[in-house]
Amino acid sequence: MSDTNQHSASFVRTESIPEREPPYAASGPVKWARDNLFATPANGVLTIVAAYVIYLILAATLPWILNGIWSTSSLAECREILDGTTGACFSVLSERWNQLLFGFQYPEELYWRPSLAFLLLFVAAAPVLFFDLPRKLLIFTALYPFIAYYLIWGGTILTPIVAILGCVAGGYVYQRFVAGSFAAGFFGGIVAALVVWNLGGLLITEEANEAAVMTAVPSRDLGGFMLNMMLGVTCVSLSIPLGIALALGRQSSMPLIKWICVVFIEFIRGVPLITLLFVASVMLAYFFPPESSVDLFLRVVIMITMFSAAYIAEVIRGGLAALPKGQYEAADSLGLDYAQAMRLIILPQALKISIPGIVNVAVGLFKDTTLVSVISMFDLVGMIRGPILASTEWNGVYWELLGFAALLFFVVCYGISQYSQWLERRLATDHR
Amino acid sequence: MKKSVLLGALTVAGLAAGAAAAGTLDDVKARGTLNCGVTTGLVGFAAPDANGEWNGFDVSVCRAVAAAVLGDPSAVEFVPTTGKTRFTALASGEIDMLARNTTWTFSRDVDLKFTFVGVNYYDGQGFMVPKALGVSSAKDLDGATVCIQTGTTTELNLADFFRANNISYEPVPIETNAEAQQQYLAGACDVYTTDASGLAATRATFEAPGDHVLLPEIISKEPLGPLVRHGDDEWGDVVRWTLNALITAEELGVTSANVGEMASGSGNPEVKRLLGTEGTLGEMLGLDADWAQKAIATQGNYGEIFAKNIGEETPIGLARGLNAQWTNGGLIYSPPFR
Repeated sequence: MSDTNQHSASFVRTESIPEREPPYAASGPVKWARDNLFATPANGVLTIVAAYVIYLILAATLPWILNGIWSTSSLAECREILDGTTGACFSVLSERWNQLLFGFQYPEELYWRPSLAFLLLFVAAAPVLFFDLPRKLLIFTALYPFIAYYLIWGGTILTPIVAILGCVAGGYVYQRFVAGSFAAGFFGGIVAALVVWNLGGLLITEEANEAAVMTAVPSRDLGGFMLNMMLGVTCVSLSIPLGIALALGRQSSMPLIKWICVVFIEFIRGVPLITLLFVASVMLAYFFPPESSVDLFLRVVIMITMFSAAYIAEVIRGGLAALPKGQYEAADSLGLDYAQAMRLIILPQALKISIPGIVNVAVGLFKDTTLVSVISMFDLVGMIRGPILASTEWNGVYWELLGFAALLFFVVCYGISQYSQWLERRLATDHR
Repeated sequence: MKKSVLLGALTVAGLAAGAAAAGTLDDVKARGTLNCGVTTGLVGFAAPDANGEWNGFDVSVCRAVAAAVLGDPSAVEFVPTTGKTRFTALASGEIDMLARNTTWTFSRDVDLKFTFVGVNYYDGQGFMVPKALGVSSAKDLDGATVCIQTGTTTELNLADFFRANNISYEPVPIETNAEAQQQYLAGACDVYTTDASGLAATRATFEAPGDHVLLPEIISKEPLGPLVRHGDDEWGDVVRWTLNALITAEELGVTSANVGEMASGSGNPEVKRLLGTEGTLGEMLGLDADWAQKAIATQGNYGEIFAKNIGEETPIGLARGLNAQWTNGGLIYSPPFR
């Protein structure tokens, strides 16, 4: 074939043409702009309008940000320096950053303690979030709550040690008896932990707390973004296991358990969070004698945890309902008991389906922690609305402060959302 | 039979409650700190500074009581309360006294069962409008939108005033003063109404204070003062007479600077009784003889406290007005120390 061609069609080129760049309009940024921005006349119009809107926004905000002042000591001085020109007064952030992050009562020389706890949080969370890491790291995760408590609240080291011992005793009793009966193991474990805690509580005296190496900081003195982080992290991590238990309980065939779970979920979901917070802060004060009331922080944690657990339970129930019945039957046919079936077959699949929903609740919950400002706890928003805006120097600064709060919350919530998308990709085992 | 058992139980409960509530003074002394309810932040009246130290007009009253009872003006645990949580905090015993620009009214005194121990600031509700609105009297405000703090007496006064003048308004409910300020500046309401002191303080922080006017009408009486629970008169007396001591000190010319020499060198017997160098007034209250001396030395007299926190030298710039001593035509008046 090639031979005939060579002789009969001598005009055919024998050497190839050197490669050339594609035409200018069909490559590079021009092509990209054509395809994406100006594909049709309507697209073109939309692009121009959008560009104009972006220009308007930037033209309004950029001079304000770039012209910002960082070093004055009051709003009046800012206005004096700006002298009528546009510009932000970021001095409030440089002067009050510590109050925004830690609240106004946390002792300044102890800021390293919550900061260290915050850094360790990443170490503790890493093995839970990224399961490629060595499993041994989970030991640190288990210890983290006690370390963080000791760092943030201080006081005598006996408190976290007694707490750990109680958990160890409870865990041991559970392991010992769970083979016989789940109920014996479960309740035995709880009783053992309570016994250890109560005995240990006798050891811890007021004097020990005062003489401790780490200065004790009462809950009342916590505040700022630290409080939001603490509430968010504690409540999310407590409410996921509680939510799973509630979701399973709601599907239980035992009527008593089922109805307890249903009533709990429906009641909590039917009440606004702010009502629960008011109950925690105002009503409970009437029930306890003034000197022996439960710590306000703990009361709020319990209320927010219950609230988000009810929501997470419903999300997980959705995941359970989405599993084909065959999965349950397959587990039964393998001869697995209830706990094994749930742990090995049902929950891994149901939880995977529920991830976007759980993350949605977690992000919402994290932002809801700002509601504690209405019961006069000084979280980030409480600090802004109360003390900082009420000071003579900074009364009248809004955009800078609330923008800073929005930025902090955005960073955390965006991080959570990115992680969940990574997790979904990582767990995508189905054939799509 | 059943009834008597029930009554008996109630009596016991009542006695127990009475016994528990009777000793606030002893409780405070045993605890070593005074739990004082304040606002979460109101310019000039109570706010923490950059170091987290509480300062302000109401805060000074708390500190004066702590100085008188415990000898240490910093032995105060400040419990921030909102307009909604303040009364439950006091009634439940979480705080020993409330100094939170709270208006003394009949129902709060009688129905909510609190004892107002005096008045530290005579206020009244006023209106602020932008000059551009061209309004010169509150009676021209027919149909206006009004920013108003919820859960306060100002809300009720406003309704009364508009009804009495047969004009209509549209309320824009808001939670805190800071929020109100922003709403007002953003144009969410035509009028902002709250206590005149608050309006003046708010206007002072505006970028262009001259563009806003305070209307001449003052539509209510707002005597603000510290309060304690019903049923513990000994403690009520301590707070009442600490406040009176600050007022009397101004009247008699005792200041934080000269209190030491006045105590020893003054020829005026009332000064001597007040400062404890003569008579046994401190002992009658269950306090040290120099209780008032400590309060005045650390906080200054009433006039000094006023000038330092909200007076004309401060950015808030309030004139004494009704809050001048009775000798200068004001209403501030203390019963004699005798």
